[in-house]
Amino acid sequence: MWTDIIMVLLTLTNMVALGTSRIRACIRIVAFQGVSLGLLPLLTHPFAPDLLIFAILNTLLKGVVFPVILVRTLRQLNVWKEEDPYVDYGLSLLAGPFVLALSWWISSRLPLPAAISSSMLIPVALFTLFVGFFLIVSRKKALFQVLGYLVLENGIYAFGVAVAFQQPLLIELGILLDVFVGVFVMGIAMFHISRQFDHIDTDRLSSLRS
Amino acid sequence: MHLVLVGVGLVILTGFVALFLRNAKHCMRFSVLGVLAGSVCFMSAAVPVLTRGQQLSLQLPWQVPYGSFYVVLDGLSALFLVCIALVCAVAAIYSVGYMSEHGNRRLGMMAFAFNMLVAGMVMVVLARNSMLFLVAWEIMSLASYFLVTFHHEEKSVRQAGWIYLIATHIGTAFLLAFFMLLAKVTGTPNFEKGDISGTCSSILFVLALIGFGTKAGIMPLHVWLPEAHPAAPSHVSAVMSGVMIKMGIYGIARTLAILPSFELWWACLLIALGAGSGILGVLLALAQHDLKRLLAYHSVENIGIILMGLGIGVLGTVMHAPAIAVAGFAGGLLHVVNHAVFKGLLFLGAGAVVRAAKTHEIDRLGGLQKQMPVTAAAFLIGAVAICGLPPLNGFVSEFLIYSASFKAGFLGSGAALVSGLIIVAALAMIGALAAACFTKVFGIVFLGEPRSKHAEGLSEPPASMCAGEIALAACCIIIGLASPVFVRAIGNPVLHMNVLDPDAIQKQLAPLAANLLYVVITVLFFLACIAAFMIIRNRLFSRIQRAAKSRPDQAPMIGQAPTWDCGYMAPTARMQYTGSSFAQPILDLFQTVLQSRSKKVKIADLFPREADFHSHTPDLSSDFFYQPLFRWTSWFISKMRWLQYGVVQLYVLYIMLTLIILLLWKVR
Repeated sequence: MWTDIIMVLLTLTNMVALGTSRIRACIRIVAFQGVSLGLLPLLTHPFAPDLLIFAILNTLLKGVVFPVILVRTLRQLNVWKEEDPYVDYGLSLLAGPFVLALSWWISSRLPLPAAISSSMLIPVALFTLFVGFFLIVSRKKALFQVLGYLVLENGIYAFGVAVAFQQPLLIELGILLDVFVGVFVMGIAMFHISRQFDHIDTDRLSSLRS
Repeated sequence: MHLVLVGVGLVILTGFVALFLRNAKHCMRFSVLGVLAGSVCFMSAAVPVLTRGQQLSLQLPWQVPYGSFYVVLDGLSALFLVCIALVCAVAAIYSVGYMSEHGNRRLGMMAFAFNMLVAGMVMVVLARNSMLFLVAWEIMSLASYFLVTFHHEEKSVRQAGWIYLIATHIGTAFLLAFFMLLAKVTGTPNFEKGDISGTCSSILFVLALIGFGTKAGIMPLHVWLPEAHPAAPSHVSAVMSGVMIKMGIYGIARTLAILPSFELWWACLLIALGAGSGILGVLLALAQHDLKRLLAYHSVENIGIILMGLGIGVLGTVMHAPAIAVAGFAGGLLHVVNHAVFKGLLFLGAGAVVRAAKTHEIDRLGGLQKQMPVTAAAFLIGAVAICGLPPLNGFVSEFLIYSASFKAGFLGSGAALVSGLIIVAALAMIGALAAACFTKVFGIVFLGEPRSKHAEGLSEPPASMCAGEIALAACCIIIGLASPVFVRAIGNPVLHMNVLDPDAIQKQLAPLAANLLYVVITVLFFLACIAAFMIIRNRLFSRIQRAAKSRPDQAPMIGQAPTWDCGYMAPTARMQYTGSSFAQPILDLFQTVLQSRSKKVKIADLFPREADFHSHTPDLSSDFFYQPLFRWTSWFISKMRWLQYGVVQLYVLYIMLTLIILLLWKVR
C-alpha cells in the first residue's frame, strides 16, 4: 500500500515538474521526489542495517545537498524562470498523460521477474525516465537540464529498486556518485558560463559548432 | 611458455620505467636492455620449438567477455617469434646510436612505444583467442602509430601518421568481422580447426585477406607503407617493414591453418595479388627519389613474393601434390624470415645514410662508400640479398618458390600450369627489376662522387649502429650459406599449413636442400675464382706502380684516376648519372602502368638559359582508388550535416528516440 502511495506521489511530482516554469519550485519538487523515493527500499525490502544507511545517504543527498547547491547556483546566476522553452508548458502537461499511457503499455509487454512488490512500480519508473528525458530535451535553461538529469536518475533508481533487488545498493551507489559529481560540476560550470556569456541558454551555445 | 611471457613482461616493464626516466640517455639504454633480455627469452623458447616441433601452451581465465588468456607457441608462431626477437634486438641496439642526436627530446615516449610494439607483436603471434589477439593487434598498431609520428612537428609526418592510422583501422574493421564470423561458425572464440563449410571458409578467407592484407601491404591496400616508412625513425622503419607487416602474413598463414580445406580460386587470387604486388611494387620502387620510400615499395614487392609462395602452396594442397605444397609454403615462410633480415638491414643502412647526410633524396647523395665503408658494405650485402642472388638468403626462399612453380607446370592441370608460369615469369621479372633498382641505389648513393654538400665530409656512424648493421649482414650470409639446414628447419611451421606428417615433409624438403647445397658450393667456387682474379690483378697493378715510381720520368701506362674521370681533365660531380636518369629507360618501358610525369624546359635559344627537370611517379591505387573513395565518402557525410545543429537538446533527443524505438521494437 505504501509503495502505491509513493508511486502516485512520483507521478504527481512528475506532472508538476513538467508544468512549472519557476526553477526554484521545480528544484523543490525534484527534491521531494528524491526523498520519497529514498524511503522506497525500506518499504519494499526486508529491513537491514546497510539498507538504512543507504536510504539515509540517499535522502540526505537528494533532499538536502542537491537542492542547496542548485538554489545557490540559482542565486548566483539570478535566473528564476524559464520564459520560452522549446515545448511550452501546456503542451508539456498534455504530453504527460500520453507518455504515462505509453509507459504502461510498454511495461505490460516487458518480460519481468515475478517478484515485484507493486504493479505500478515499473510503469511509473519508466514514466519518470521519460519525463527526465523530456525535461532535458524541451527546456533551454541549463538548470533545467540538471533537473531533468536528476529526474532521469530518480527513474533509474526506481527501476533498480524494482528489478535488481538482489544488488540495488552497488548499482545505485555508483549512479549516485555519478549524479553527485555531475550536479557539482554542472553547478560550477554553469556559474562560469554565465559569467562569461551573461546567460545560460543552451540554445545559444551552438555558436561553438564549427 | 613461461619464459616467453617473462620476456614480454620484461619488455613492457622496462618500457614503463623508461617512460618515467628523466635522463634521455638512461631511458634509451634501459629500454634497450629490456628488449635485449626479452629477445633472449623469446629466442631460447622459440628455437627448440622450431627445431623439435613440440608445442607449448597456457590457458588462464580472463575477465573479459569472450576472452581467455590462451597462448600457444607452435612451429608457425615460433618462426615469426624468431624474426621478431632478431630484428627487434638489432634495431634496439642500433637505436642507442641513432637516437643519440635527439638527446633533448622526449625519448621516454619513444622507448615506451617501441617496447610496447615489441610486446604487442609477440602477443599477436602467441594469442589463440580472438579477444586477446585483437587487443594485442591494436597495441601493436597504436604503438607503431606513435613511433611513426615521432617527428610530429613536421606536417608531412602528421599526414603520414593519419594515413597509417586510418589504413590500419580499416584493416581492423575487417578483422572484427572475420573473428565474429569465425567464432560463430566454430562455436568458440579460440582459434580451433572447426567444421567450416566451403562458402563460409571462402568468406573467412577473403575477410582475412583484406584485413591482414592491409597490414601486410598487398598492392591495392599498400598506400600507408610508402608514407609511413619515410616518416618514421629508421630503426622503427626496420622493425615495421621487417617484422610488423609480417604480422599480416602471419594472420593469413594462421587463417589457412585454421580453415579445414582450401579452394582452387584462393590459390589463383593469392598468386594474382602476389604477382601484381611484386611487379608493381618493384616498378614503383624504381621510380622513387626518396631512399626510404624506395625501400618501402620494396616491402610491397617482397610481400608479393611471399604471397606467391603461399598461393602455390595452397595450389599444391588443393591438387594433392605434396611436393608443390611443401616447397611453396616453405618458400613463402622462409622468405618472411629472409625479408625481415635483409629489409631490416637495408633500413638500418639507409638510416645511417640519412642520419649522416640529413637528406632522403637519392640524387643529392653520392660517393658515400669512401666515407662510410662499413655501412656501404652492409648495405651492399642487403642489396644483393634482396635481389635474390646466390649465395645470400634472398635466393634460398625464391629458389623454393621457383621449384614449386616448375613442378606445378608438370602437374598436367591447366590452372596449375598457368599459375606456375605466372609465378616463374613474375619472379624472374621482379628479380631483374630489383637488381636494376638496387644497382641504382647503391650506384648513386655509395659510388661516384658527392652530388651535393649533403654528401660531403661524412663519417661512419657510432659503433652501436655499425654493430646492428654487421649483425644483420652476417645473418644474410649465414642463412644463405647454411641454407640446407635452414630449409630443413622450416618443416615445422609448414606442418601447420596442411595435412602431411613431419616425416613426409622432411622427405619433400630433402631433395630441395640437396639442390641448394650444390648451388652454394658452385657459387662459393665462383666467388673463389673472382677473389683469385682480384688478388692477381692487385699484384700486377702494384708491380706496375712500383715500376713507375722507380722511373718517374716515364709516365705509367696504367694508373688510377678519380671516379667518373672518363678521360676529361676537370670532371664535375654533375656529369654523373642521377637516380632518375639511371631508371628512365626502364620507366619509359613501363610508362603505360606507371603513368610517370615529367616536367622539363625545352631548349629553344642558341644560348640556353638555366633549366631544370622534374619527374614524378604517382601511386595509381592512391590516386585513382583511395582519393576518389575518400572524396566521395566526405561528400556523402557532408550531406548528413543537417543532422548537426549544435543544439544539446537535439542530440539528447536523438539518443532518446533511438532508445525508445529500440525498446518499442523489442516489446512489439
